[in-house]
Amino acid sequence: MKFGVVVFPGSNCDHDAYHVISKHVGQPVDFIWHRETDLRSYDAIIIPGGFSYGDYLRAGALARFSPVMNSVKEFAAKGNLVLGICNGFQILCEAGLLPGALIRNRGLHFICDHVNVRVESNNTPFTHELKAGGVLRLPIAHADGNFVCDDATLDELRREDRIVLRYCDRDGQITDAANPNGSRDNIAGICNHERNVMGLMPHPERACEDLLGSSDGRDVFRSLAGTLAAAA
Amino acid sequence: MKAKVYVTLKPSVLDPQGKAIKHSVELLGFSGISDIRQGKYFEIAIEGPLNVDQAREEAVRMAHDVLSNPIIEDFRVEIEE
Repeated sequence: MKFGVVVFPGSNCDHDAYHVISKHVGQPVDFIWHRETDLRSYDAIIIPGGFSYGDYLRAGALARFSPVMNSVKEFAAKGNLVLGICNGFQILCEAGLLPGALIRNRGLHFICDHVNVRVESNNTPFTHELKAGGVLRLPIAHADGNFVCDDATLDELRREDRIVLRYCDRDGQITDAANPNGSRDNIAGICNHERNVMGLMPHPERACEDLLGSSDGRDVFRSLAGTLAAAA
Repeated sequence: MKAKVYVTLKPSVLDPQGKAIKHSVELLGFSGISDIRQGKYFEIAIEGPLNVDQAREEAVRMAHDVLSNPIIEDFRVEIEE
């Protein structure tokens, strides 16, 4: 079971993801420079957080044109697992692998905080180890995390059970006050129709050690590893 | 030849930056402003044998595929000879 963490100029959560895979999942993992195109040896790809290309034009807009992204699209089209975290989520939306877009937070500020998210769907390769309706405490760190999509897309996401995580309060209630960035329907994470590509704004890879305030993110990676182990 | 591309958020998309700018403008004493929307402006210098129609076609493609995100933004292209 081999993981790859894509590195763009400006990625800055690549080492966090690498650390979690090697230390907590205990599996081999490589950094993949964005100019590389051969992903044949990998079973799952993580597009990490950061500020690829300095967020120039729009967050994630320029990373989409990196050579590695064509390979990531092919990799995903074959049914392989792709997880985009924060800037990775923005990149997957810009690349058309996930619907919608992430725009400036409604309060304009860059938010660096811990938030609560409710597990809306555990019917994904990334969340099957989680309890549906359970609340995770995860850090966020973004200025452009405000998820927007049109009505038809929102209907489709709901109908197909593709809304994976929503911002909530400590008790799991979905409220506007618990929505840090103005995301439509409090959406914090979604998956694609085939359920093998997921994007989320919170950082599970920064929440895998109690020392860092939360270890709730571990179950995301446990789910991911469990899916791959079952498929092997 | 120059292509000018204006990218604006779709009317249905909230523009928190525009709102903050409007607030500041009002603090300066400007009144009667019902809305401010912020957008992006690109000037593309074009060299070579393209005629105006071809240049417009290229600029529209650039605007659609790169300069804007059609999910949230609209664009308008002008060609200056």
